[in-house]
Amino acid sequence: MAIKVQRVKLSLWERLFIPTLWNGFKVTLGHFLSFKKSKVYAEKNKDNKFKATLSYPEELWTVPPGFRGAPYLVSDQDAATKCVSCQLCEFVCPPKAIRITPPGEDGEAAHREGAEKMPKEFEIDMLRCIFCGYCEEVCPEEAIYLAKDYYEGYDDEKMRRDYALTGSNREEMIFNKDKLLERGGTHHDRIKKWEKKTADAKAQETFPVGENPKAE
Amino acid sequence: MPDEAIIEEPPAIETIPVKVDGREISVPKLTPDWQGKLVPTTVLQACKHAGIEIPHYCYHPKLPVAGNCRMCLVHVGMPGRPGPDGKPPMNEDGSLKIDPMVLPYERGTPKGVIGCATNLIPGMEIYASSPETKEMREAVLESLLINHPLDCTICDQAGECKLQEYSMEHGQAESQFAEQKVHKPKAVDLGPRIMLDAERCVLCTRCIRFSADIAGDDALGIVNRGSYSTIATFPGAPFDNNYTLNTADICPVGALTSKDFRFQMRVWFLKETNSLCTGCATGCNTVIGSRENKMYRQEPRENDAVNGPWMCDSGRLDYKWIASEKRLKEIRSQNSEARSWEAVIAEIGGKLEGVAAGSMAIIASARQTNEELYLLKKLADKFEAITDSVPRNGEGDHLLVNADKNPNSNGARLIGIAGETLGANLPAIAEGIESGTIKTLIVFGEDVTQHGISETLLEKMDLLIVSDIFPNATTAKAHYLLPGCAYAEKRGTFTNTKGQVQKFMKALDAPGNARAEWEFLHELVENVTGQNGFSTIEGLFNQMATEVDVFKAKELNWAALGDDGVTVEI
Ligand code: SF4
Ligand code: SF4
Ligand code: SF4
Ligand code: SF4
Ligand code: FES
Repeated sequence: MAIKVQRVKLSLWERLFIPTLWNGFKVTLGHFLSFKKSKVYAEKNKDNKFKATLSYPEELWTVPPGFRGAPYLVSDQDAATKCVSCQLCEFVCPPKAIRITPPGEDGEAAHREGAEKMPKEFEIDMLRCIFCGYCEEVCPEEAIYLAKDYYEGYDDEKMRRDYALTGSNREEMIFNKDKLLERGGTHHDRIKKWEKKTADAKAQETFPVGENPKAE
Repeated sequence: MPDEAIIEEPPAIETIPVKVDGREISVPKLTPDWQGKLVPTTVLQACKHAGIEIPHYCYHPKLPVAGNCRMCLVHVGMPGRPGPDGKPPMNEDGSLKIDPMVLPYERGTPKGVIGCATNLIPGMEIYASSPETKEMREAVLESLLINHPLDCTICDQAGECKLQEYSMEHGQAESQFAEQKVHKPKAVDLGPRIMLDAERCVLCTRCIRFSADIAGDDALGIVNRGSYSTIATFPGAPFDNNYTLNTADICPVGALTSKDFRFQMRVWFLKETNSLCTGCATGCNTVIGSRENKMYRQEPRENDAVNGPWMCDSGRLDYKWIASEKRLKEIRSQNSEARSWEAVIAEIGGKLEGVAAGSMAIIASARQTNEELYLLKKLADKFEAITDSVPRNGEGDHLLVNADKNPNSNGARLIGIAGETLGANLPAIAEGIESGTIKTLIVFGEDVTQHGISETLLEKMDLLIVSDIFPNATTAKAHYLLPGCAYAEKRGTFTNTKGQVQKFMKALDAPGNARAEWEFLHELVENVTGQNGFSTIEGLFNQMATEVDVFKAKELNWAALGDDGVTVEI
């Protein structure tokens, strides 16, 4: 059953809206004038150096710790692409921002012996990405991270997480594999599982991994 | 005496009472084995009757039972051994006494049986979901995973891997195995179409049994011992029979994978569409895996009336041409401005109006669907045209491959486009063109210059209407060229060599301006004959089923075809 909503009848004074707007401005102005007296300001201005503005981009914003940043691909310390094109991130990505082209049977050999494959192309549409971090969470290879150290002189404290993704058209905002790898930088992999597997296999003197013993 | 119909009782199926998870059910005493021979029903099959799936690797309903993986272990209760009086132990109330099985030397420990190879005993109790059974499964999975590489990120089987599935469902998260895993050969080239990763193999021997018993090529075996056991081919004998890819299908893990599909796409992205193989007249049932209008693979779909669960490699890999750049994508009309489907069909309709009865010939490929042939037959009837198809013969084999390489020769015969011998009318058609009695020619899906109707003859035509999917010498001469669809791009039915009428569904969109033949043919027929047909494939099929005698005899309709199809008299 439909409910009939009774409309309030407005007087001419109320219908002008200008007085309502003025009331709103009064609140804003009140906050503006009282900010310097507030606790927040006192907290931020403890050392008397607080500035409410930033000379961006010369000065960069120190992002709060909870800020996630944008997803990039990382390489390991031997500059090998870590991603093995398992496409789990592509599957999990809620807005379908990731698009991976698998290598196929005769794609380029993986950078790491034993890993068998890596993506032919890997694109993230940064306009679609909602920076949720699911890709980082799902990745079984620790190959994708949301904006870790991609610049020289990485400093965890001031770590610049990427909040300034800019481009002048849509195509520019689709980051390809090279760009993602360049921005992702190096990940200091402590496990190196493929290297370990290959070394173990070789040590066992079985057929060498990575070589295909062809059927004669 | 009153005229009473004598209803014959079907022979009673002998059943056995068993208890599955405390529920009393009766199951047939005998069940067909992989060859169709009746053998005693097993514990695994009884559980299936009860709606409970027992996990299994080596068991496959269409292969001999091997019983080597132990995944199907279940805890059961059995009647006791008969005493000196010849009677089994009884409960006080007079019912049979059932004891849960225990190890003979350790009576506190439950003993499991393998469900796939243990025959039912009347009164047996199967504890399919008991904690004891659960523990057995956990132990088996842990042992199978001892040397497993856990390559899931780079393994093509991931997403349809029984090891993954059972580990999630029946396994445990932790392993007690702290030692180093045994490494085995990886990425081994077993044959031209199959890749082996020996580390992932669970040694179920399905692949060995398939090759030896079904394909008849005893090509695979296990070499080495213990944890080094490895699937291998004989030295110098590659695994290259025409059925090798079936082993990749039945391999429950990612040990055997298809080279054609290797690293192409993850299976969870693939949209599955029921289809048919068009490689020969057998018409193996298939499932097409596609993503975003690209076909990635074709796998057999089980249909006991046609192909069982198998298909041949050559048919399976015969799909690359669908994505070819050479495909015909645009309508072409000589000496005419019409470019849109609507305009061209209307124009052809207009031209056909002036065609005299008996001056037309129609050559329709036996690779067209029943519906398309039926519509062409309608045109032929209207103009008293002479019709035929083109035979396509090759070699058959002992298992599935048929010597007739047309998927729908029987359709062409039943609908009346061709006679018993396909191509018998072709010389008459060539003669008719030569002598000038045939002035209009409609060709669907064939290059007739290869079949006795030369280009010079084609040049003599007043009206030459051609539909095809690839350019050839005939399409080059066409006055109207209508680009058609590959089987994966349309719906329709074929009648296979045994008379099985079966349908296939649309998986992909057609390239460019190409259109399903039945769609534009239906419009054309309506333009010409003024008959009110149906504008859906379902309606069209149902209409055909009322007009073609053998289809009528079976009261066919689209919905009743189901996934498996219906056999008609041929
Ligand atoms: S952060 Fe979220 S939205 Fe962005 S690519 Fe990763 S999964 Fe997709
Ligand atoms: S980034 Fe990680 S999750 Fe995504 S494809 Fe590569 S390995 Fe898989
Ligand atoms: S066989 Fe299954 S469990 Fe093993 S690596 Fe492949 S997908 Fe993973
Ligand atoms: S390769 Fe596959 S089918 Fe063959 S024994 Fe190993 S797991 Fe079984
Ligand atoms: S399925 Fe029964 S032992 Fe393998």
